[in-house]
Amino acid sequence: MAQSPVIPTEERAEESICHSNDRCLGFARHDGCSNRTLTNTNRLALQTDMLQTQTLTFSYPNGAPFVFPDLNVKPNEALLVLGNSGTGKTTLLHLLAGLMDPTGGTIELDGTALSTMKGSARDHFRGQHIGLVFQQSQFIRSISVLENLQLARLLAGLGKDDAFVESLLSELGISERKQAKPNELSIGERQRAAIARALVTKPKIVLADEPTSALDDENCEAVAALFERTVTGHGAALVIVTHDQRLKNRFQNSVSI
Amino acid sequence: MRMLQLAYANLKEHFLSTILSVMLLGIGVGMVSFIVTVSEQLNDRFNRDIRGIDMVVGAKGSPLQLILSAVYQIDNPTGNISLAEANKLKRHPLIKYSIPLSYGDSYKGFRIVGTDSLYLSHYKTTFADGEVWNRSMDVVLGSSVAEKLNLKLGAHFHGNHGFDDGGHAHEEAHYNVVGILEPTGTVADRLILTATESVWDIHNHSDEEHDHDHDHATCDHDHAEDAPSEITALLVKFKSPMGIMQVPRMVNEKTSMQAALPAIEINRLYSLMGVGFTTLQIIGMVIMCIAALSVFISLLNSLKERKYELALMRSLGASPFKLFGLIVQESLLLCLAGYALGIILGRVGIMLLSSFGEDQFQFSVSQSGIADVEIWLLPLTLCIGLIAALIPAIRAYKSDISSILRNE
Repeated sequence: MAQSPVIPTEERAEESICHSNDRCLGFARHDGCSNRTLTNTNRLALQTDMLQTQTLTFSYPNGAPFVFPDLNVKPNEALLVLGNSGTGKTTLLHLLAGLMDPTGGTIELDGTALSTMKGSARDHFRGQHIGLVFQQSQFIRSISVLENLQLARLLAGLGKDDAFVESLLSELGISERKQAKPNELSIGERQRAAIARALVTKPKIVLADEPTSALDDENCEAVAALFERTVTGHGAALVIVTHDQRLKNRFQNSVSI
Repeated sequence: MRMLQLAYANLKEHFLSTILSVMLLGIGVGMVSFIVTVSEQLNDRFNRDIRGIDMVVGAKGSPLQLILSAVYQIDNPTGNISLAEANKLKRHPLIKYSIPLSYGDSYKGFRIVGTDSLYLSHYKTTFADGEVWNRSMDVVLGSSVAEKLNLKLGAHFHGNHGFDDGGHAHEEAHYNVVGILEPTGTVADRLILTATESVWDIHNHSDEEHDHDHDHATCDHDHAEDAPSEITALLVKFKSPMGIMQVPRMVNEKTSMQAALPAIEINRLYSLMGVGFTTLQIIGMVIMCIAALSVFISLLNSLKERKYELALMRSLGASPFKLFGLIVQESLLLCLAGYALGIILGRVGIMLLSSFGEDQFQFSVSQSGIADVEIWLLPLTLCIGLIAALIPAIRAYKSDISSILRNE
C-alpha cells in the first residue's frame, strides 16, 4: 500500500471511532446492529483496511505448512474465520496477534507491519492496538474484574481512565459485578468481562478465539450480537476465529480455512 | 492498579504458602537477630566490667568462680582471705592500686559490697544524689538498685545474710542510704556499696551478739578495731604488664591466696559459651536458608499455576521484563514481611530474656534504637528474596506465550 493515503485514512478512522462511540452508547441496546450496518456500508468503499495479510504461511517443525488466505478487514467491520480443528485457526490468531512469527508473508495492522517489531516493542504494540478474547476467557484470579480491566490498561502503557472502564462495564451489563473475582462470575458474565477487557485499551482490532463454542444456542446468539455491537461500535475491526457454524449466519464476511 | 498491588493480591491469593514462607523467614531472622544481640551485649557487659582489672586475688578455689563473684558479682565467693596478707600484697611495687571487696550479704536480691572509694572511681561513677559514705553503715546505691527498690536518700534497711531473700536478717543493724549513683552500664549499677567496715561491723555483731539476742543497733567506729581482719577479694591493677608476669605466680605459690586473671578466665568462659552461640547462630542461618528455599518453591509453584496468567499479561502488552519485575516484587514483599516478623520476634525474645534474666542472673539485655544486626539482616533477607525469585522470574521471562495460551 502506498504511504500517502494512509494518513488521511487514519484520521477518518479516529473520527469514526468517536462518532460511533457516542451512537452505540446511546442506541446500541435498542438497535445497535442496524446502526452498524448502515455506517459500515457507507464507509466500505472509502476506508482502507485495518488488517491486511498477504500470502501468510506458517509451519511447525516437522509439520505440514499452513497456508492462509489473504485477509482484509476494515474498521468497524467483522470477519469470521471458519475452520475445523487442526486447520490452524488458533495459529492464525496468534500470528495476527504477533504472539508468533509467520514463516512467510506479511501482516499489516493499520499500516504497520508486525514483523518490523520485535520483543518488548511488539508486546507494547499488541497491548495498545490489539484486543484479545480467548476461548476460555482467562483473567488474573487474584484481583477483581474491575482491577483486571485497569491492569490491562496499565500493562498496555495507557493511563488511568476509570470513567471509560466504568462505561464499558455498564455497556456490557456487568458493572454490578465489577468487584467480584473472575471465578465468581458465570460463564456468560466472564465472556462479557473478556470482551470488556479486550476493548478497554481502545484497540484498533479485536481478535477472538472460539468465543462461543462453549455456549448454548441462546447465549451464542447473545454473545455474537454483543461482539458485533460493542467491538465494531467502538470503531475497532473484529476477527472471530471459530469452528462454530452457528455464527455463519450472523456475519456477512466469512472466510473458511 | 499497580504492579505492586498485583504482587500483593497474588500473595494473598496463595495465603497458606505465603504464611509458611513468612513464618520461616521470620523465625530465621528473629533467631539470628536475637542471638547476635544477646551475645554482643553479653560480650560488651563482660568487657566493661572487667576493664582495668588485671588480677583478682581471693581464697583458693575455682579461678572462674572467683572472677564471676568478685568482678561480676554473679557467683558465690570462694571464701575469705586475711586482711594482713592482702595488705602485704598491696604494697608490692608492681601494683598500681588494689580495691578490697567484702561481700556475702544482700538486700532483696541486691548484693551489699563493702569496699573503699577506689571502687567508685574505678568504675567512673558519678552521684545522681548524695555523696560517698563517710561512716560505717552508710551505703551508696547503684542506679538500678535505687530504681527497682525505690529507695531514696535517707532510707533505712536491714541486710540479709547470703544472697537469697531466705537468709537470716541482720536485724540488729540497719543501713542508711547516703548516695545514689548515675547509671554506668557496669556491675556497679546492681550493687549496694558501702565501707568495708560496715560489713565487718555487721558480722561482728552477728557473730558475737546475735545468739544472745542483744539489740545493739548502733555501730561505733570502735568496733573496727576488733573487726575480723578478713576480706573476700582484692581487685588489682598493675603498673605495667610486668605485673601479670610476676605477681599472680608469686601469689599462687607463696601465699594461701589465689590469683586469677580475668582476661584468661573470661576467654575460657567465652569459648564455653561461644560453642552454644555459634550453634544457635548456625541454626538461625539454616532456618533462613530453609525459608529461602520455601520462598523459592512457593514462587515456583504459584508460577506453574499462574503460567497462563503470566502469558495473558504478556498478551496484554506486558514486557517480559515487567513479569520478571512482578515475580521479584512478590518475593521481596514476602521477605520484607518475614524480616518485619523476625525483628518483632527477636525483640520479643530479648524482652522475655530481659525480664527473666534480670531476676535470675542479674543480667539484663536492653534494646534501645536499632541494632546493627537488624540493619545488616535487611539486605541479607532481601538478597535471599532476590535469589529465590531469580529462577522463577527467568522462567517467566523466557516462557513461550503462544504455546501456553494454546494449551490451556
